[in-house]
Amino acid sequence: MKKKRIKSPYASSLYWPGGVIYMVLFFIPTVLSLFFSLTRWTLQDWEFIGFENFTLYFSEENLRIGFRNTIIYAVLTSGLKVIFALYLASYLSSKLRSTGFIRSVLFFPTLVSTIGVGITFSVLMNPYEGVINAVLKSVAGFFGKTTDGPGWLIDPNLLPIVSIALVDVWKGVGIATLIYIAGMAAIPRDYYEASSIDGASTRQQFYQVTIPLVRPAMFSVIILSFVGGLRSFDLIWAMTGGGPGFISDVLASINYKQYTSGYYGLSTAGNVILFVLVSILVFPLSRYLNKKEVVM
Amino acid sequence: MKIVRNSRLAKALMLGLPAVLASAMLAAPAQAATEITFQTWNSQVSQDQWNAMTAAFMKANPDITVKVNYVPGGVEGDALVKSQLASGTMADVFSYNVGALMQAIDPVRNLVNLKGEPWVSSVNSGFIPSATGADGGFYAAPFGTAMGGGILYNKRIYAKLGLQIPLTWKEFMANNAKIKKAGITPVISSWKDSWTAQLFVLGDHFNVAAAMPGFEDKFTANKIVLAKNPSTLAGFQHLEEVRKAGYYNKDVASTTFAKALEYLALGKGAHYPMLSAGIDTIVANFPTKAADIGFMAQPGTNAKSNGATVWMPAGVYIAKTTKNLEAAKKFVAWTVSKESFVVQNKVVPPSGPYFIKGAPVSGNLTAVFTDLYNYMQGKGTSYPALEFLTPVKGPNLSQICVEIGSGQKNALQGAQSYQKDLQKQSQQLGLAGW
Repeated sequence: MKKKRIKSPYASSLYWPGGVIYMVLFFIPTVLSLFFSLTRWTLQDWEFIGFENFTLYFSEENLRIGFRNTIIYAVLTSGLKVIFALYLASYLSSKLRSTGFIRSVLFFPTLVSTIGVGITFSVLMNPYEGVINAVLKSVAGFFGKTTDGPGWLIDPNLLPIVSIALVDVWKGVGIATLIYIAGMAAIPRDYYEASSIDGASTRQQFYQVTIPLVRPAMFSVIILSFVGGLRSFDLIWAMTGGGPGFISDVLASINYKQYTSGYYGLSTAGNVILFVLVSILVFPLSRYLNKKEVVM
Repeated sequence: MKIVRNSRLAKALMLGLPAVLASAMLAAPAQAATEITFQTWNSQVSQDQWNAMTAAFMKANPDITVKVNYVPGGVEGDALVKSQLASGTMADVFSYNVGALMQAIDPVRNLVNLKGEPWVSSVNSGFIPSATGADGGFYAAPFGTAMGGGILYNKRIYAKLGLQIPLTWKEFMANNAKIKKAGITPVISSWKDSWTAQLFVLGDHFNVAAAMPGFEDKFTANKIVLAKNPSTLAGFQHLEEVRKAGYYNKDVASTTFAKALEYLALGKGAHYPMLSAGIDTIVANFPTKAADIGFMAQPGTNAKSNGATVWMPAGVYIAKTTKNLEAAKKFVAWTVSKESFVVQNKVVPPSGPYFIKGAPVSGNLTAVFTDLYNYMQGKGTSYPALEFLTPVKGPNLSQICVEIGSGQKNALQGAQSYQKDLQKQSQQLGLAGW
């Protein structure tokens, strides 16, 4: 019997360029890194050592801090971006004047180099000479109180990673807003007209019409910002370098430090673990969100 | 085949390209100068020095052009140098640390053995072990001066309060109490640049070696438990004691290296545990205050054995991948010549002795230079830092020191963490006994 194959409308030659790029730049490096994570590697030669790198990686003393911070950072940045951007987008989709200008202002931080943003904010957040605490002090003084202000990036507890997450939100909320605005523009006006004929208030329209129909955009924002948060590195490195001590380390910065020490195999194992962690968290999330989309 | 759409362009390419190539080949013999590349750190002092040195070298050797590439130091620099060597893209000549950090870049495989070079006989013997590879080859020309690892202090404050140079840690803490009473920060530290936090531990090696003869071999063979020996634990305890006594500057966690030197120079703080080379930055930024700063060895438990831990200068290496070995060797030989030292003295007055016999020392010498020189000339009053005597050096010490200094860990926990860090590094290097 002959099997029927569904014929693609495109010639197979059109698939080749994409396939080659994917193989060379993504698939082969992934397989190679799986291999090198099982070796002691000096970049010049390697020695196969089985799963030793993985046991060593999990015995890393500061790994718990790294895992904790990675999750906190991803949840916090993603959650805040999803909420802030929703309200910003609904405001900027309105027919008020100057929305074009505000849109540009909001999007501007996205265009600035992350390292530049990191250095700038670490100056602003300097607890003794920074502008932020100077403002806090004068506000407190106005109410007749005195405060030193928090040690944003030098506190020996959770504050540094939270401070960096807030900067990340400031920097990334523009993109999220843009995705929302595109999603809102795609909502047919008919729904709003119909609901206003039925006597719905604008508040009701926002919660009953806009939010349900903007869900596909919301899911994109959730997935993008969550994945971005899990593997975030540059902003954290620029602002604290994982410090003071190891208090603001995330998995990516631990891996980077191992790389700079010349532990290439170990660092590769760390990246494989990060890859697995991202997959474990993001695939079910994405499945769940897609299912909800279909139900709608 | 179909007709090429833009036939004029194609013709131009077909005719033009060979012509360009031919003219390039003809032109080649005319520019006889060999170009070699050189890579070093991008700090201001380093840039000033090497700009002047390469200019002088090229003037003396018009047939060689040296192109300098300045790169960051710290962990970024370590990663860069290692990847460049591994991928065969290292500059012909480059400057990098000697000692444990040199062992980590696999000199036998990556660097040119300089043992037979005529200038090697003029290298001070103290430098030789830290630039010797596992095969007995000699890989680096010393660049710069010896550095003392100890405590930079403000002499003006010492004079005003009538303090004596402490010979024991107890006396040091007693001085700190008096300084604090006078309303001055006793100990400056700068954890924003976390490498600076390690000095209490690394600068204590003179005292460790005095208490435990033959320490380095045992240490390399993993026969030392840091947390169990009072002398190896002492450096970690110092970080904790100073914190508990409240002697650090209150903005210690956000202070940078440059800021800390400013505090010291302006007399806002009395002590700064640092390498003596820190004076170079003070000379550059606060020239009038440089005379107020002195250098003292880090005191230990015994007043009778008091001396400085000494850091070796950086090394100048030739990468094996160089295509201009002769020119590269000529350049390296020049860096240790008399002419080179004349240029170096002019840019920055030396902050310690050079490691080339007979190297001229001139310029406006600082008190730090004199203090360090006296320690190094004295009998049994100086000893090399640990990283020049063993390939074992954990990369996380600076962060661990910050943890102890900020109270996230106590001294004992810190020493244990560092032991694990050493273990990991030695296993990666494949050293025996770990």
